[in-house]
Amino acid sequence: MRAFAELYAAFDRSTATSAKLAALRRWLAAADSGDAAWGVHLLAGARLSRVLAPAQLKRLAAESAGLPDWLVDECHAHVGDLAETVALLAVAANPDPDHAPAAGLADWVRRIVRLRTVDEHQRAAIVRGWIEALGPSERFVLLKLLTGALRVGVSRGLVVRAIAEHAGLPPARVAERLAGDWSPSAAAFDALVAPDETAAADTARPVPFCLASGLDQPVEALGERDAWLAEWKWDGIRAQIVRGTAGAWLWSRGDEALDGRFPEIEQAARAMPPGVVLDGELLAWRGDGPLPFARLQRRVNRRRPGATLLAECPVRFLAYDLLREHDRDLRAQPLRDRRARLERLLADAPPAIGLSPILAAEDWAGLRALRETARAHGVEGLMLKRLDSSYRPGRRRGDWWKWKLDPLTVDAVLVYAQAGRGRRAGLHTDYTFALWDRDALLPVAKAYSGLDDAEIVRLDRWIRAHTVERFGPVRRVEPVQVFELAFEGVQRSSRHRSGIAVRFPRILRWRHDKPAAEADRLETLRAIAGGG
Amino acid sequence: MALIEMTAAGLYCRAGDFHIDPWRPVPCAVLTHAHADHARAGSARYIAASEGLELLRLRLGSLAPIEGRAYGERFDLGSARVSLHPAGHILGSAQVRIEADGEVWVVTGDYKRDPDPTCAPFEPVRCDVLVTEATFALPVYRWPPAERVALEVLAWWDACVRERIPAVLCCYALGKAQRLLAELARLTDRPVHLHGAMAALVDAYRQAGVPMLPTRPVSDAPRGRDFAGELILAPPSAAGTPWMRRFRDASLGFASGWMQVRGHRRRRGYDLGFVLSDHADWPGLLATVHDSGARRVLAMHGDADAFVRHLRESGIDAAALRSDFARDEGSA
Ligand SMILES: [Zn+2]
Repeated sequence: MRAFAELYAAFDRSTATSAKLAALRRWLAAADSGDAAWGVHLLAGARLSRVLAPAQLKRLAAESAGLPDWLVDECHAHVGDLAETVALLAVAANPDPDHAPAAGLADWVRRIVRLRTVDEHQRAAIVRGWIEALGPSERFVLLKLLTGALRVGVSRGLVVRAIAEHAGLPPARVAERLAGDWSPSAAAFDALVAPDETAAADTARPVPFCLASGLDQPVEALGERDAWLAEWKWDGIRAQIVRGTAGAWLWSRGDEALDGRFPEIEQAARAMPPGVVLDGELLAWRGDGPLPFARLQRRVNRRRPGATLLAECPVRFLAYDLLREHDRDLRAQPLRDRRARLERLLADAPPAIGLSPILAAEDWAGLRALRETARAHGVEGLMLKRLDSSYRPGRRRGDWWKWKLDPLTVDAVLVYAQAGRGRRAGLHTDYTFALWDRDALLPVAKAYSGLDDAEIVRLDRWIRAHTVERFGPVRRVEPVQVFELAFEGVQRSSRHRSGIAVRFPRILRWRHDKPAAEADRLETLRAIAGGG
Repeated sequence: MALIEMTAAGLYCRAGDFHIDPWRPVPCAVLTHAHADHARAGSARYIAASEGLELLRLRLGSLAPIEGRAYGERFDLGSARVSLHPAGHILGSAQVRIEADGEVWVVTGDYKRDPDPTCAPFEPVRCDVLVTEATFALPVYRWPPAERVALEVLAWWDACVRERIPAVLCCYALGKAQRLLAELARLTDRPVHLHGAMAALVDAYRQAGVPMLPTRPVSDAPRGRDFAGELILAPPSAAGTPWMRRFRDASLGFASGWMQVRGHRRRRGYDLGFVLSDHADWPGLLATVHDSGARRVLAMHGDADAFVRHLRESGIDAAALRSDFARDEGSA
């Protein structure tokens, strides 16, 4: 439900239709079909029937926060919104992240509906347990659902428009499909966004982009290497070239027309036969490799680039997919076939439009080795695309994966802890983290921020129970807990035992899922620091 | 007899013949801090914590007759023995402890209990009667830790970098801006652009040795400079003025305790609110009452009725100290 809570927050933030539309499209692109179905249903005005009366919710808040009823009423009068008041008052009494269910919107709806089968007293207890375990934004949206009043300030028309753009369908068709007794389910949502065979192609417009998910499992879990196409993950601007009968257009993701900014690409595109849509990456390019993103940025900022800028920041479009040819929609065909056509089409294209090369490593180990060289190639990592996949709009997990070399995060092991001062006095809030160097853990970073209150309390408890040794205020703890750290940079340093110094480390998340043995190795940081 | 009473000029101590934060010129004014609604020009003599002298001179003029006192230093005014103690609100902010006729009163001024790298931490002072601020005196106000808010600000800034738009963060020019710069300095070293109204105040903090992110005045930027991906700090009064026009498509944030409640943010038209306050939250107010050991509590600023009733129900003698001075939300 976090994604839906973020969508709600985005609506809450902005009054601009364009921003709401963009937020809706981002959410649609990432949502699982079942969650998307419920989201669309609720956004279009559907309500869940109420399971708790306002008085019961106030009671619940009063009990959770240990406050008298009149004070909860005062707060309600001040805040103006009951769900928000309860969300602000309820105390996280159960600081146990395992307890906080990471369920999607559809799961939550099922849970809420199931509440009706238990008696009122139990209901209040269950709801209190949920609320106390959730983070603030999700807690608020859940309360909004429970009070039956999810007013978000988006019109049904805007929801229809977002779905239409997401699916590449005319809005009228979406409205038609959504009309009447549309009942939310994964299948119903898939049918809602299914391609429309009869619609005429609009030859100047881009096709909804297919988006990749971050690879969150060992690459071997993808199965046979032969089933996958591997390319570099370019650090440029994702774009489509639409070559129509009347000209050529360049579109970035988010349907932003880039016309005029990249005349050399448009010129090269006009050399292609009409009725073509290419998907690829726009890059600043010199010789045989990409230039840093900042160069490309200079071109994006200038609607009519002058000769100097054109010479200083040359650009190139590297195509990796062919979505339309001879005005025929190829999206349903397997990538294998689209790629073969693409290679034929670009065989004699001008150099400004190139082909994103296929990486030929024979096995996963070979690809893994190539990925390690990504930085030297000026790319972000690898892309893995299933060869028999069709081209589907949005982020459909399973077909396209980004296997990024994310340079500025590591998974490190907690080795020392020290109590904080001030508000956090008595709690262990200053942490020292280590990475593996051969068989030993070498401290590399101190970080004191990034965990939420509940996590700090929980970690503090763990630290006290797993202290190996004490030196004054510092405790050495069992090397068990793994945390993902982000930082702003890494440098070689002779002053540190590890030989490197990280700048501004902070905790991104607690990796409950990761055993210490799988934390990162010092070499990873050394490689980033570079040099001798 | 009351050691301190409310008069037309503000809080007055008869035993010492001085006012605290008077809003009219008086013969002798003890100032709790340099915010405009507490430090007003025209009085014949000012006494304040030494740490805040530079800020007060910026506010009252370099020739204003201000005497600095160290935190904890005891001095006599009339028959009252007075001392100033850190309030943790902004640099140089002080609580005023007054002892006379065998009684101790403490006027907190504005204060907070949360750690703040830009000023000395609040020091609990025992007293018989506590005159406390009560700006955020409802249990919905519970502040998240400032370092987490700083991470939120950094995440928003990073998002603006990706979207190639400026990030304009409104915050009070004195105290909040410097606290943000100091909290962010633990997370990054990227420079921040400042509205002109902030530059001198940031300099004063720098001279006081507070580590902050490097800053540049917006006015130093060449015409037509693109602020995409840059963080700009501006006072809330700048929102909606022509000055904002140079930050095309900017995302507009506001850092204040009021941002805890959605309605406040929506009414003011900010894209994003960050909950960061230099005032005590509900638990901070209760902790301060408890730590003071006071038998009587007088609450001022804000709507203190619920706070007063809650204290009374907990067995503490409490009342609201009314003034005709309508306080705005100016420094919250
Ligand atoms: Zn103040």
